[in-house]
Amino acid sequence: MANYQSIEHDVLVIGAGGAGIRAAIEAAEMGANVGLICKSLLGKAHTVMAEGGMAAALGNVESRDNWKVHFRDTMRGGKMLNNWRMAQLHAQEAPDRANELESYGAVFDRTPDGRILQRNFGGHLYPRLAHVGDRTGLEMIRTLQDKAVHTPGLQVHMECTIYKLLVNDGRVCGAVGYWRQTGEFVVYKAKAVVLATGGIGKSFKVTSNSWEYTGDGHAMAYLAGADLIDMEFIQFHPTGMMWPLSVKGILVTEGVRGEGGVLRNNKGERFMFKYVPEQFKKDYADTEDEARRWLDGDKTARRPPELLTRDVVARAINAEVKAGRGSPHGGAFLDIAAARSPDYIKRKLPSMYHQFKELAQVDITKDAMEVGPTTHYIMGGVRVHPETAESTVPGIFAAGEAAGGMHGANRLGGNSLSDLLVFGRRAGMGAANYAKNLKSAPALSQADVDATLKEMTAPLDRVDGENPYTIAQDLQELMQTHIGIIREEKEMQEGLEKLLKLKERASRVASNGTRAYNPGWNQALDLRAMLTCSEAIARAAIERKESRGGHTRNDYPDYDKELSKVNFLIKKTSSGEMGIRKEPLPQMPAELQELFKGESNATSQS
Amino acid sequence: MQPAKAETGTISRLMRVFRGDKNRSELKEFTIKQHPGMVVLDAIHQIQADQAGDLACRWNCKAGKCGSCSAEINGRPRLMCMTRMGDFEPGETITVRPLKAFPVIKDLVTDVSWNYEINKKIKPFTPKPKNADGTWRMQQYEIDRVQEFRKCIECFLCQDVCHVLRDHDKKSEFGGPRFFVRAASLEMHPLDTADRVPMIKDSLGVGLCNITKCCTEVCPESITITDNAIIPLKERVVSRYFDPLAVLWHKITGLPKQPRGGE
Ligand code: SF4
Ligand code: SF4
Ligand code: FES
Repeated sequence: MANYQSIEHDVLVIGAGGAGIRAAIEAAEMGANVGLICKSLLGKAHTVMAEGGMAAALGNVESRDNWKVHFRDTMRGGKMLNNWRMAQLHAQEAPDRANELESYGAVFDRTPDGRILQRNFGGHLYPRLAHVGDRTGLEMIRTLQDKAVHTPGLQVHMECTIYKLLVNDGRVCGAVGYWRQTGEFVVYKAKAVVLATGGIGKSFKVTSNSWEYTGDGHAMAYLAGADLIDMEFIQFHPTGMMWPLSVKGILVTEGVRGEGGVLRNNKGERFMFKYVPEQFKKDYADTEDEARRWLDGDKTARRPPELLTRDVVARAINAEVKAGRGSPHGGAFLDIAAARSPDYIKRKLPSMYHQFKELAQVDITKDAMEVGPTTHYIMGGVRVHPETAESTVPGIFAAGEAAGGMHGANRLGGNSLSDLLVFGRRAGMGAANYAKNLKSAPALSQADVDATLKEMTAPLDRVDGENPYTIAQDLQELMQTHIGIIREEKEMQEGLEKLLKLKERASRVASNGTRAYNPGWNQALDLRAMLTCSEAIARAAIERKESRGGHTRNDYPDYDKELSKVNFLIKKTSSGEMGIRKEPLPQMPAELQELFKGESNATSQS
Repeated sequence: MQPAKAETGTISRLMRVFRGDKNRSELKEFTIKQHPGMVVLDAIHQIQADQAGDLACRWNCKAGKCGSCSAEINGRPRLMCMTRMGDFEPGETITVRPLKAFPVIKDLVTDVSWNYEINKKIKPFTPKPKNADGTWRMQQYEIDRVQEFRKCIECFLCQDVCHVLRDHDKKSEFGGPRFFVRAASLEMHPLDTADRVPMIKDSLGVGLCNITKCCTEVCPESITITDNAIIPLKERVVSRYFDPLAVLWHKITGLPKQPRGGE
């Protein structure tokens, strides 16, 4: 059998983006011995790509803001499918987390009276996003990274991929993985594991996500027996780059619209006015003039319709393109030059300026950007307890994009960075407490370890087989066409069939070379998680016969009253099949229901 | 929208890519299909998918934001994801090598762990107490400079190009431009109270920098490393250790004298 290194921790945090690092800091400060695993180098995780900001009802710019307004915006944005308790904790704790980040050394943009500045964003009633230009994620990760390396009891393991969680007696007891640099295997023994592995975007062709986004945490939790929730809900961000082809999908921050950017079709028409859903009409401007006055700070004016939630804007662009009013490369025009001076744009949106200049040779202080929907985020994830972030398998915790429930059917921009810190901290706390209370750590099963190592070496042992890159490309093509932004029964059923065939092909995948820094072999191993998550997404999307938030169906264009009361859960059955079941939403207490008086979550989608 | 400059059709292009490890290496030739708008990282990915599945490189964001994909392209340290193939003449061969200042692990991947060790040595952020109202107040103009430094994506291109590290390999005496930027971001933070001048002089060895400005030239984030970070740090060291009045002041009060430069 292959050799491996053994490492022991109380708490093993898998993933070193915002949620993972924050979890590791919390657990270590509570006295746990913590291992923090990065798939890349420390500080390179996907969080660095978050641009617009972190939502927190600090009330620095608009004193009318408070956690209840933030909570209501979040639930409305999630089409009331969110776990209400998570949304409440998130809204209540986000301001503390933002201030805490400042105490760790983050340097947010400032208000004239020297406090943290907040900007407008889609779906947030008031300016709420603490930000640093358009590189807020970088600020967050660098700040947390420096805090982490100076936290005693926290050990960082870089360029390490975890392939499997080990479970014994129904509890987690460790994990198996490999060092990317050498390809050597490593077995971690741990009392508790926090999954902070991010999302699944790499299974789609047009995506803003990096190679790391293969759904490792989602898949490992599922394979370990945990429930996944809301897997049908994927956020297609309305504004990804469209051209050149090689950069298609790269994110264009919502901050562009937050700072006054407008969307136009090829007729020059500002089309978003036509797409304001009934339920939001009272909060959004209905003329260009009113929208302009709002931008100039007139408090009696309502918000521009470009600041509707992402699901609405993405569908609107899609509809315009379908109607033949799209931009040359099949998107819409996003224009900030008309609204702001070149200096202002370069100061508040420096990386967008840079990105378009370098990659598309477009000067956004003069010309419009061409944008269109890109796969950005999965609302669904590991089902967790709202307070402790524990999954349905004892000892497995999850936070950030890997966890589900917080965002319901659609996430508001800016609610991700705050989610990372609020629930990262809670997961770290939950895991450290769990580890402390565990009388004795369950033993690792040698047979499990051996079987896993064998599975991991298999692609290199095969002489002839499928090319892992080709399978990944086929999967991306398949998900994009069959389970993409607009869905339909027949197409999805076909997609699912193809998916099962692809799974079979993936079992014959072969890679050449050695285990040392071998992206082909790494890709071969990532396929299992990508395919597992894709199957879960497809099955849940087929089951939800309505349109809601990020899930849009041609054949069921409206909300369904019954489905507005349930989440779909995915769990491995005893025979190893993927099982799916409905679960009623947890009941929101009366005092919170008050906030939504007169609203129904069963009205039409758009 | 104006399409990318004069790049219309697909052309074929010869690439030479460093393959191997510290024991054995060669420049290997690959012919790739170059589509309009493509960047060097796309070409590397194409080679991985069709010709050499085990070709090692690092990348994450593909948008110049994470600093993973640093390499030397036709001799210049650059980000592969921000280097357009169309910027090279159609007949020109593009050669991609790993960063020279760090030991190669495999192909385009180098061992940059030394940088992480240096970072650990820098005293962390140490804020002064909050105001009575529970907040810290800072004006935007007070933090503009610090925010410039905090744009750093840790691509280590500046480390790669600095002759003190690249040609003289003084890794035990010198922290390199990236960590002068880091130290400066803490030193000039309006809330910070820690004293890093001794370590800037001794363990980071700021005196070894002779202000060639090569680091500033390669920085993809356009951080003015030399003028805004290094020179003010040098001034702090000089006034602490070599200015007789300041030395006396420091001896009597125990307080560092804050020079004005750079703020
Ligand atoms: S200016 Fe100093 S730090 Fe920068 S490259 Fe030259 S010697 Fe190195
Ligand atoms: S200072 Fe500039 S060149 Fe140096 S690591 Fe940071 S971003 Fe890269
Ligand atoms: S891949 Fe992130 S900087 Fe190039």
